[in-house]
Amino acid sequence: MAGAGGGNSDVQWCFSQVKGAIDDDVAEADIISTVEFNHSGELLATGDKGGRVVIFQQEPESKNQPQCRGEYNVYSTFQSHEPEFDYLKSLEIEEKINKIRWLPQKNAAQFLLSTNDKTIKLWKISERDKRPEGYNLKEEDGRYRDLNTVTTLRVPVFRPMDLMVEASPRRVFSNAHTYHINSISVNSDCETYLSADDLRINLWNLEINDRSFNIVDIKPTNMEELTEVITAAEFHPNQCNTFVYSSSKGTIRLCDMRASALCDQHAKQFEEPEDPNNRSFFSEIISSISDVKFSHSGRYMMTRDYLSVKIWDLNMESRPVETYQVHEYLRSKLCSLYENDCIFDKFECCWNGNDSVVMTGSYNNFFRMFDRGYRQDVTLEASRENSKPRSVLKPRKVSTGGKRKKDEISVDSLDFNKKILHTAWHPLDNIIAVATTNNLYIFQEKLN
Amino acid sequence: MSEEVEGTRTAEEKQEMEDTVISPEKAEEAKLKARYPNLAAKPGGSDLLRKRLQKGVPKYFDSGDYNMAKAKMKNKQLPSAPTEKTEITGGHIPTPQDLPQRKTSIVASKLAG
Repeated sequence: MAGAGGGNSDVQWCFSQVKGAIDDDVAEADIISTVEFNHSGELLATGDKGGRVVIFQQEPESKNQPQCRGEYNVYSTFQSHEPEFDYLKSLEIEEKINKIRWLPQKNAAQFLLSTNDKTIKLWKISERDKRPEGYNLKEEDGRYRDLNTVTTLRVPVFRPMDLMVEASPRRVFSNAHTYHINSISVNSDCETYLSADDLRINLWNLEINDRSFNIVDIKPTNMEELTEVITAAEFHPNQCNTFVYSSSKGTIRLCDMRASALCDQHAKQFEEPEDPNNRSFFSEIISSISDVKFSHSGRYMMTRDYLSVKIWDLNMESRPVETYQVHEYLRSKLCSLYENDCIFDKFECCWNGNDSVVMTGSYNNFFRMFDRGYRQDVTLEASRENSKPRSVLKPRKVSTGGKRKKDEISVDSLDFNKKILHTAWHPLDNIIAVATTNNLYIFQEKLN
Repeated sequence: MSEEVEGTRTAEEKQEMEDTVISPEKAEEAKLKARYPNLAAKPGGSDLLRKRLQKGVPKYFDSGDYNMAKAKMKNKQLPSAPTEKTEITGGHIPTPQDLPQRKTSIVASKLAG
């Protein structure tokens, strides 16, 4: 079966590039923690556990090779967050970048928000390809000239120089979250953004960093009564008053900021009714939503829980319109997955540009794509073994029954340390970025 | 499955099989309860959530103890730093030599290599 793709069932995926070290001994700092394309797809940002951001830029398509879309090469890299210490609580604050979100481009510079557990930063990435030369008082190397040698007056001019990409922090938004930030989302108004932690959601103005509005607070007066936490939040892609947040109990609440300043009362609550006969110790844990993403159209939203991906129509709260099983074979392994903590892994999910295909990661460096229109799904693998340039990825299969076919892998042979938690889809083209533990794979659609 | 085979199973075995077939989750739950008999009934309860809210182990520090230990060090020969990087907990008062270096991530990301 050919790979699932943008509305066309014949899309095949090819290896394009892989970034990162080959060695198996992975330093903690190199663990990739977030991947995000910007709005044009020209830039691809990654964040890691060491607090660093690396931005790749797509090379323009060369006329010699129209078969290949441009490669992504390093554009800029900087240290976004440093480790800190909370003296009041005697706790370390990790520098790990939890999320990166790009702002839509308004001028020559690019802006992105990056966040760790406690602090959000607005970074400006700008290019410099000219520099002024011909100062009157200074030499080219910066030393001051002997004034006696200055006999004429000249006007400095800009001359071309080698491209320099500079990243500078423009705003630091701190001290607004008692708990750990899990999401940030830029509003379609391009003026505000939200940040969500386990119990609260705050609204910020991008220009103002010394105050923020609390818009959701689910902290109970008595912490003993705590039953759920916020797991993800996102603004609607074109309705600037609407946002959603998901919970550890598997519900999604949609809020309208026009209704009141504090959106504790949801406008809509999306929850799939559960069969009480099937309830087990694990039910609530596996129903916890690890990611929520609006479709580009704004008509649907997608949620990821431990075993499945669900598509919801915003007009229908009672149940999802589509459910896709990511790795149902794990249901009979929940005991060991609880013991090794894998049951708490937070997988993300993403839409393709025209909302026809969704993608999410799994274990053993497998990732899955579900074509909504053609009702097809495919499992692919990100591995160095399939990393010959432009080699087509072969669909993978996990065997669940007793008989294992050739080329299939049995559930017990899956490597649960190789998890693909973060994936991203180019907003316009069939180019995907898939992060394994410490490597970033870029795959492209096979073009003939 | 042939009818002959079905006929040889006992009623209990059949019920167990049905349970497993109906809900692999419940079978897994039974396994977990067998391994950890003291496990609380409600996993989603506030205990699990509160553990989730507090990431990491608090690293307590008493400046009085620290300064006294430093003062004692001045009067004696400095002891050699422990060769293994063990967690400094319990009765041992940390001295500057013992503390693991607070890492500064000046090393470039390997993705940019």
